[in-house]
Amino acid sequence: MSPSISTSSPANGNVSAETAAQAARTANTGVQSVTFAKALNTALADAMEHDSAVLMFGEDVGVLGGVFRITDGLTKRFGTGRCFDTPLAESGIVGMAIGMAMNGMRPVIEMQFDAFAYPAFEQIASHVAKMHNRTKGKMPLPMVIRIPYAGGIGGVEHHCDSSEAYYAHTPGLKVFTPSTVKDAYLMLREAIDSPDPVVFMEPKKLYWTKEQVDLESLRLSHETSMVPPTEGKAAIARAGTDATLIAYGPSVSTALAAAEAAALEGRNLEVIDVRTIVPFDDATISESVRKTGRAVVISEAPGFASVASEIVARVQERCFHSLAAPVLRVTGFDTPFPPPKLEKYFLPSVDRILDAVDALQWEEVA
Amino acid sequence: MPLSALSKNHHVVTVTFSFCLQDYRSHAHFSRIFREAGYISVAKPIIELRNGLGSNPQGLLRCHPKSRKAWTVTINESREAMEQVSSKFGITPEDYMLPARTEIHMLDVNGKLHPAGQQGAEPGHEYPLPSPAALLAAYEQLVIGRRVNDQNSALVRQGRMAVYPSSHGQEACQVAAALCLGEDDWMFPTYRDSVAVMAKGVAPMEVMTSFRGDWHSGYDPNQYKVSVQATPLTTQLLHAVGVAHAAKLRGEDTVVLAMCGDGATSEGDFHEALNFAAVFNLPVIFFVQNNQYAISVPLSQQSVAPSLAHKAVGYGMAGERVDGNDLVALLAVLGRAVRLAREGNGPLLVEAHTYRMQAHTNADDATRYREDAEVQAWIAKDPLTRMRSYLADAGLLTEAAEERITASAEAVAKTLRDGMNSEETPDPAELFAYVFSSPTTQLTEQAHMLADELAREEDTK
Ligand SMILES: Cc1ncc(C[n+]2csc(CCOP(=O)(O)OP(=O)(O)O)c2C)c(N)n1
Ligand SMILES: [Mg+2]
Repeated sequence: MSPSISTSSPANGNVSAETAAQAARTANTGVQSVTFAKALNTALADAMEHDSAVLMFGEDVGVLGGVFRITDGLTKRFGTGRCFDTPLAESGIVGMAIGMAMNGMRPVIEMQFDAFAYPAFEQIASHVAKMHNRTKGKMPLPMVIRIPYAGGIGGVEHHCDSSEAYYAHTPGLKVFTPSTVKDAYLMLREAIDSPDPVVFMEPKKLYWTKEQVDLESLRLSHETSMVPPTEGKAAIARAGTDATLIAYGPSVSTALAAAEAAALEGRNLEVIDVRTIVPFDDATISESVRKTGRAVVISEAPGFASVASEIVARVQERCFHSLAAPVLRVTGFDTPFPPPKLEKYFLPSVDRILDAVDALQWEEVA
Repeated sequence: MPLSALSKNHHVVTVTFSFCLQDYRSHAHFSRIFREAGYISVAKPIIELRNGLGSNPQGLLRCHPKSRKAWTVTINESREAMEQVSSKFGITPEDYMLPARTEIHMLDVNGKLHPAGQQGAEPGHEYPLPSPAALLAAYEQLVIGRRVNDQNSALVRQGRMAVYPSSHGQEACQVAAALCLGEDDWMFPTYRDSVAVMAKGVAPMEVMTSFRGDWHSGYDPNQYKVSVQATPLTTQLLHAVGVAHAAKLRGEDTVVLAMCGDGATSEGDFHEALNFAAVFNLPVIFFVQNNQYAISVPLSQQSVAPSLAHKAVGYGMAGERVDGNDLVALLAVLGRAVRLAREGNGPLLVEAHTYRMQAHTNADDATRYREDAEVQAWIAKDPLTRMRSYLADAGLLTEAAEERITASAEAVAKTLRDGMNSEETPDPAELFAYVFSSPTTQLTEQAHMLADELAREEDTK
């Protein structure tokens, strides 16, 4: 089906590529402490192993393995034809990926940081998003644009943008953003398998977080369709009864910490991880809010005209009669992302979430 | 110089002028005279040597009084400029635009002057030696630049500064970039060009504001004629073109130096900027520091052109390449480029061959993509040692001068250390203060919300 491409690197023959695959599987077997970055790296390697049409390219993704090491070892294992550095030009990277997707490949491309994807916006908004619709489905574009995004790492200007709303607002793009190590693996595999283009947003502050997972069993479950898809499926990250905290990507861990703190004060909060912003899971979220009657949406991006605004609108439209209080938002301010020393004032914090929860008109119900 | 109005329409006044041949200097020179007389030149004055040499030449100026608001530009100006300047050098426009057959260099790796015939002596690409005073002043900046780089890297290692992209090894480029410009000329630097920014006069601690994470930029671009240090690669090159264009429309003779790295030449904005500058015949020097790497990616994977300087000809401008670790050659090449640009000959592209001797930033591990032997080979070509040996051998660097220079570098380093030690934190209220000329209702609300939060925190302490 897909054109065959040599998986051999100049140094290694096919035989040792086989051995490399076997060695990787052995190493990944069994429950172990795995970082978010390693899960993404393994998902890429497994997808490339699974389908020779999957290619990885971008800036510094070859020998260096990406500035966050997400592509570490891929060039060595699959050769410079399948994981490679391009000239330094984001519009060029996305534009070329479009052409490759038009001609039988499944490119996965890396934008080095959120704000460095902007030179490619023309290609993303005018072509990645529209080709399928323009050609009435005759020209699908199965490609993944990986973007490390959001703050929390003390990064300087242009390295911390929460740019998800630009993509979510552009019809024709799917927008995924995992918040757990397990989802990092499964959602990236799903994104690569998707017949539609996916903007895959990786919360960079999570790259070094760890979880106990068995990567090899995740691979098997994914490749044998034994796990339910995450696309269009929000996850209940913490079950609760009193109010619903709705978050995604980098904000999920903050929401969970707030729920733990609220529990000490006797409030049992449900936390929902949106996971895929597009397609959006109205059902899971509405069901939760109808049950709890109260909701707070949490996101790092500036609140004005944001994904958080969209979530509030949808919840209000669907759950109005179950609501005991207006749905509130805890978001970044409507300012450019601050310099490192002011970052802590900008990011949604546990305290700010608890303040919002306190403001959900409890006394009137009691 | 007598001026007489010839014809008038709504927007443009055409005047003739005559002048003595010894008055003939440059278009910029005439533009300045007209500006002082209340005219804004809308194009380069057209100068005709009508009556032959020796008698009174005539000229035409299309301009308008300062009160008028419309502008016109001459369409074929760029082409004419290329023809004029190349014929002045006695070479074809192609030979003017193409870089000399080899990079321009003056000092060898040991700091010995190359024989005159090898110093950049091709027709139209001749480079005279800068004056001893200019060389000594540049050397002082070179020593300071190295000290600044190493002091800042140390501060990063000690965790007292967020990030510092060092130009260690590239200081000769940094210094020449600043010294070739006049006070009213503009510089458009990148994240790596802190030393150039300081050498153009920006106070060291104002430069460090962004690297220690206090704010996105710490100096007033208008005060120093230095734009903010750009991170999104090559976006600043188009801003440089715009600054030059505005100055030209007002009849000012500002030159703009726009800086970027080798990797950055792959970005679309690089190509758009060169083309705009050439089409509008603007005085912009595009100065590419080819330090061989874009983070981990070597130049061979960015471009297969004979050199980056060769890209110039494709846009109809002049290109030149120069040894980027040879301060003498850099001063000569950039000095000539600025002169040519100021005279109205359009933009130039200068590529300096140098080397990023350290990692991309403190967050980078260069051992993953290059061999130490390569680094060592470049350390042997260190711009500092070469310049020092040259000046010492030429008897230009006395012991006293060396002491004075070391002391002034030490003083800058101390400023940086002291500044970094002060544990000032920026005021969170600043988050909202500068988004617009005055905060919107929503920003004011958010500012109050944050102030409230902070007050409550204070109370619970
Ligand atoms: C538009 C854009 N894409 C990516 C980056 C990330 N980035 C920062 S520096 C750099 C390498 C630039 O290399 P080069 O132009 O050679 O300059 P050098 O760092 O070597 O001075 C990259 C890829 C960026 N800053 N802007
Ligand atoms: Mg470089």
